[in-house]
Amino acid sequence: MTVAEHERLPEVTERNPSLEAKLHAMWESAPGLRGWLSTVDHKEIGVLYLVTAFGFLVAGGIEAVFMRLQLSGPNQHLLTPEQYNQLFSMHGNTMIFWYAFPVLSGFSNYFWPLLLGARDMAFPRLNAFSYWVFLASGIFVYCSFLIGAAPNDGWFNYPPYGSREFNPGPNIDFYLLGLIFFGISLTAGGINFVVTTLRARCPGMSVNRFPIVIWGTLSANAAGLLAVPTVSAACLMLWLDRNFGTHFFNAANGGQPLLWQHLFWMFAHPWVYMIVLPAMGIVSDALPVFCRRPLVGYTAVALSTVVTMMIGFGLWVHHMFATGLPVLGMSFFAATSILISLPSGVQLFSWLATIWTGRPVFTTAFYFFAGFIVLFVIGGVSGFVTGSVPVDWQLTDTYWVVAHIHYVLIGINLFPVVGAIYFWFPKITGRMLDERLGKLNFWVMFIGFNLGFFPMHFTGLMGMPRRIYTYPAGLGWTTLNVITTVGSFILAIGILLFFINVLISLRRGAIAGPNPWDAPSLEWSVPSPPPPYNFAVIPSVASRHPLWEERLQEADGTSVLDRGLVLDHHHETLAVTAMDGEPDLILKMPSESYVPISLTLCISALFAGLISHWWWLAAAGTVVGIGVAIAWLWPLPEAGQREAPADV
Amino acid sequence: MDRNRRAEKASSRPDEKTGTSAQLQKLDRATGRISLAVFFLLSASAPARADAPMAYTVGFGARNFPVVNLLWALLIVSLLVILIVTGLVIAGVLRPRDVPRSTDPRLVPLERPERGLAWIYIGTAISAAVLVGAAIWTFSTLAAVSGPPRDAKVKIHVIGHQWWWEVRYDSDDTSRIFTTANEIHIPAGEPVRVELSSVDVIHSFWVPQLSGKTDLIPGQRNDTWIEADRPGTYRGQCGEYCGLQHAHMALAVISEQPAQFQSWWTHQLEGPPASQTETVAAGETNFIAKCGICHAVRGTTAGGRLGPDLSHLMTRQTIAAGTLPNTPGYLSGWIADPQHIKPGNLMPLLDLSGAQLAAIRQFLENLK
Repeated sequence: MTVAEHERLPEVTERNPSLEAKLHAMWESAPGLRGWLSTVDHKEIGVLYLVTAFGFLVAGGIEAVFMRLQLSGPNQHLLTPEQYNQLFSMHGNTMIFWYAFPVLSGFSNYFWPLLLGARDMAFPRLNAFSYWVFLASGIFVYCSFLIGAAPNDGWFNYPPYGSREFNPGPNIDFYLLGLIFFGISLTAGGINFVVTTLRARCPGMSVNRFPIVIWGTLSANAAGLLAVPTVSAACLMLWLDRNFGTHFFNAANGGQPLLWQHLFWMFAHPWVYMIVLPAMGIVSDALPVFCRRPLVGYTAVALSTVVTMMIGFGLWVHHMFATGLPVLGMSFFAATSILISLPSGVQLFSWLATIWTGRPVFTTAFYFFAGFIVLFVIGGVSGFVTGSVPVDWQLTDTYWVVAHIHYVLIGINLFPVVGAIYFWFPKITGRMLDERLGKLNFWVMFIGFNLGFFPMHFTGLMGMPRRIYTYPAGLGWTTLNVITTVGSFILAIGILLFFINVLISLRRGAIAGPNPWDAPSLEWSVPSPPPPYNFAVIPSVASRHPLWEERLQEADGTSVLDRGLVLDHHHETLAVTAMDGEPDLILKMPSESYVPISLTLCISALFAGLISHWWWLAAAGTVVGIGVAIAWLWPLPEAGQREAPADV
Repeated sequence: MDRNRRAEKASSRPDEKTGTSAQLQKLDRATGRISLAVFFLLSASAPARADAPMAYTVGFGARNFPVVNLLWALLIVSLLVILIVTGLVIAGVLRPRDVPRSTDPRLVPLERPERGLAWIYIGTAISAAVLVGAAIWTFSTLAAVSGPPRDAKVKIHVIGHQWWWEVRYDSDDTSRIFTTANEIHIPAGEPVRVELSSVDVIHSFWVPQLSGKTDLIPGQRNDTWIEADRPGTYRGQCGEYCGLQHAHMALAVISEQPAQFQSWWTHQLEGPPASQTETVAAGETNFIAKCGICHAVRGTTAGGRLGPDLSHLMTRQTIAAGTLPNTPGYLSGWIADPQHIKPGNLMPLLDLSGAQLAAIRQFLENLK
């Protein structure tokens, strides 16, 4: 009996140049634009994710600049009310949906297989697809600006203001369809991350050896799979209300406006944790590198990451304390809102202990991670205060919450993200970012951010509501707003310095070598930038820190990185058992393909048809899309899928 | 209005609560006072309260005292946490080490110190104690303010509109029910029950120095209550984004001595004084023809309900939901071009001649 390809026993050899040359030819993407459009390489997709997410960060930042100018004094007329409302809505949507999560997916895409010891994600084409849909959905929503009808009901889009009666233009339809569209990307990406973690790893990579960023991203994506359906359903319902006269949210006909708030926050509260947990994971992994010791309390941090995500599903009502809900129900959500600080506290004390008991090394990345801890605490306590129901009745919908969300999004997402770029840029490009410019970059961002956003807490305590396009003089808000405008411009300059550093260092940065930081995890065991196949032979690990274990004497056995399984029949990687990381099967992977981008184009046509009510276009997109999906699912000879039936 | 001393009055007010809850209240107040003192030390440069009418770091009346105290306590705890952690980060980074300071991790040897976990145990234990304390205080405050301390004799119904507030005073005596807009008079020292609903989108009723927000949601009736322990004017503003002119949807609560409040109420029920001049009479005719579809004035045939009730307009301090001072100049400007200051509001540009405009304005000025 012949053994199926995926069950064969592969040989074991040393890493050697001829094997590397063979794998290189096999895994390399096509050159030029063709390669980018058809790539399934997780590293290229990761770079696309990062670059695109930073593009959205810039777009959202430009929107913020206009808003800050409008608010720099009382009764200003730079923007009309409608322009202001569109800008603040799109600023929120852009930063929260199209920047904050995708940027983390960018890191995860690039580093996931490298951290886990695999050659690629479990579903490479699905990976490309989730990127293209992310891009297309972002472009879709931004098309609304072309006709002057961008979403104008904030990032949480409450009906009835979002209903057709009060908002007759296509603005809200762009929001609703855009989020459903984006949800496809989140779902595809989420499935891929979860399955990859469970199956596509190297031998010995048991769950208790995962880097914390894996725990963070796994929790976030598993949560996404549970949370995204509620918002997609809510968006579909409101879209039906608006376009076909259903009454889900229409009180006059027995609908319930509050239903939207429940459905939206059931998604959006977990979402807030989804956009910070992977970033916190990055800090938990990278901070110890610059403290020259392993993370304090690995198990506690890993568990608290998962627990935070779980509790994150149980406090959506704390966004709705002012809606007149029963006191007993609110008490429950107040308790969860206050107690969720505990697992976050575990992580905080772990970082503090890591710094105290370690030997800090003063790199730019370390500055960002240490600065992050301070911002994390400010964002954390300002949220804890809003968990207290009676106090929240005052704080909600004021600039206090604006301050809080920015400490969370900028402090706990952007700062670790920029720090992570300083940390991983050498791996991605082979060159170091400039450290002197980097430290300037840090201080300008840190000072600008705190100068701009810390006073917002006081603006909130002074009673300034959020989402107002102007305000009268004499309420004590003017000076604070001037300070915020100045600070946010300094922050913008800091971010600009970061981009300048990236552009300069791409060409002129010092050559990095495989492991410039002497870091412990698997991605640093391969050259910088990593070869298309990641690992010439599949490594096997015996500890949490394969590159440190000898010096720390922490392993029972020894990790073997230069000698391992040879998987060189087309694109292949190893499948392991879910918990223990025992070798199980050989995964046969597809190579480059235009199918993901083609399917994305079909779905784009579908959504273009839905927004414009050109039903023929929607129908055409659907029909062609089904054809493309069939092509996608057609068995591939190189993946061994056509021979498979013969063995049965 | 004298708001320069914090309302210590609460402690001298007859306390109807007994036992534990009274003790809790006392504790709350004591803590509140300490918090307040600490804050003023911290923020000596903070603007005086008269310059910050929307600041809810001060509160007046039984609805807001316990909340303000809790707010201060949480703010102080938060500030302490921030200071302690920032200090720990800085000290942890700068603490002298056995190896020279470096910017290259390859030059600093690795170590696996055993200590460290104690940070997590101790830190989490302290946090848990503080958090449980905060939760208990939250629940007791929630219980204390969820209803008025005694039956509210005055009941009003506030109805949200894009972008103004309809206010209906309720009474068992139907002849004393009346409607007004944007300015709410209440008797000082008395709890007032407020019923909330909306005819269009979601708004939120918020008078920071008297009470936190409660939403006005179409298809739903919400209840809240307010109390001002002393006479004065308290500014409020819509607290939930409600569209184009969310920024210009303010209100005022005017607290008066009970006798003054009762005479204000009685006065509101009356019709306008008889037209003394021909212009005013012409103004009334024009008003009924041009404005009466949307606006009502009691005692005339103008009975529109789409816009604010303008009976006794001259007793109000502002027009256009707290947007402009109520002076003849602003009033003329507003009627002549309502879309200039508050673009997008539902009041159309009326094609009025100069004479019509002047007449209508004089009619309105007569609504004392």
